[in-house]
Amino acid sequence: MKKELKIKVNGQPYDLFVKPNTLLSEVLRDDLGLTGTKRGCNSSSCGACTVMLNGMSVKSCSVLAIQANGSELVTVEGLAKGNKLSPIQNAFLDHGSYQCGFCTPGMLMSSTALLTENPKPTKEEIKEGIDGNICRCTGYNSIIRAITAVVKGEYKEAK
Amino acid sequence: MIKDFEHFAPKTLKEALALLDKYQDDCKVICGGQSLLILMRQGLVAPPYMIDIKGISELSYIKDEKDGLKIGAATTHRAIEKSPVIKKKYPVLAKMETRLASIQTRNWGTIGGNVCHGDPAGDPLPVLIALGATLTMAGSKGKRSMPAEDFCLDYFETALEPVELLTEIALPIVPPNSGTAYTKFNVIESDLATVGVAVSVTLGAGDSCQDIRIVLGASAPTPMRPKKAEAVLKGKKITDALLAQAGETAATEADPISDIYASEEYRRELIKVLVPRLTREAMAKAKKA
Repeated sequence: MKKELKIKVNGQPYDLFVKPNTLLSEVLRDDLGLTGTKRGCNSSSCGACTVMLNGMSVKSCSVLAIQANGSELVTVEGLAKGNKLSPIQNAFLDHGSYQCGFCTPGMLMSSTALLTENPKPTKEEIKEGIDGNICRCTGYNSIIRAITAVVKGEYKEAK
Repeated sequence: MIKDFEHFAPKTLKEALALLDKYQDDCKVICGGQSLLILMRQGLVAPPYMIDIKGISELSYIKDEKDGLKIGAATTHRAIEKSPVIKKKYPVLAKMETRLASIQTRNWGTIGGNVCHGDPAGDPLPVLIALGATLTMAGSKGKRSMPAEDFCLDYFETALEPVELLTEIALPIVPPNSGTAYTKFNVIESDLATVGVAVSVTLGAGDSCQDIRIVLGASAPTPMRPKKAEAVLKGKKITDALLAQAGETAATEADPISDIYASEEYRRELIKVLVPRLTREAMAKAKKA
């Protein structure tokens, strides 16, 4: 039996009906078409499906959608303001923090969650902040450099 | 693919217990689901009814009371990791949490869920047992409590009855001159333990070992205390020779399996090395306490 799911995603309210066995990643990708959230390992290991739920990072492949009822979600599509990228997105671009790009949405969400919670992390804290995200291309250093650049204040929030 | 189920989201403990009475073995309790959903996706668990206790706010708390600390079963790992009172009074628990899975998992997963999952490779139970924790379970007919070390019966099997919920984890006040240390050996950080070892030491006169609890994770069907190894050290002035003997004894007492992460022999070797190492670490903490 389907159940009502009221959520706000990237500021936009949705009123949906989902089966209880639906995962949050499935609602975001298949029902709402927000395919920036990647379905990687689908078993809570890789972090490519990371989104923010009420300000916390979670792996959307391992959260029942129905448990997000009443929550505010942010996906990678919600980081930019209009066509202005967020500081961390710009830093990723400048530092070449992509190779194949598949881990990027999850890395951006984990980085954003880290910087929201702790705007001045040490290098060790940055590494811990992204340790739930796997980059198959092993491009971790460029990602750490990008986050470090934001921490140093080299990127400002778009007005 | 997760099989269809009917979902109930009680708002109070009382409602949840009434549902458990009704569905018993046909239902499964979900809180954060960080362990359960993995099993459900593999089709290993396929309950027709799910009782979702994530929304029961009365089960999520950290209370610093006169007789110790009380943690609600639905408290997230992340809340424990960041709790100022836990960092101050039970730093080993906060530190253990920082190595449990990933931040995302800790944000949604709960300590009670982890304990009830009954995985012998889980991180919290060895630490809770070393700290002398008591678990409280509730059913519609009342509550009961038991030491954390009696909770696990076998692989993924606990003392919890089908009509019961784990509600609280209570930690006694740490005695003076005590220290607790935990580590796990794993190949990938954020993975489960290949072997985990927690040691709690209370020092007596002349720095002798007045009391000791050694707990092994991923070394037997349940988290276990190698009591012969504890007896090697208890009441003695600890020396390197005794520590080596305790490590050897613990490795013999353990009953580890061989799997893709490590062979049985390798796990025994890890126990032999980690028990003395963690005992030293716990003693150093006890001296500073």
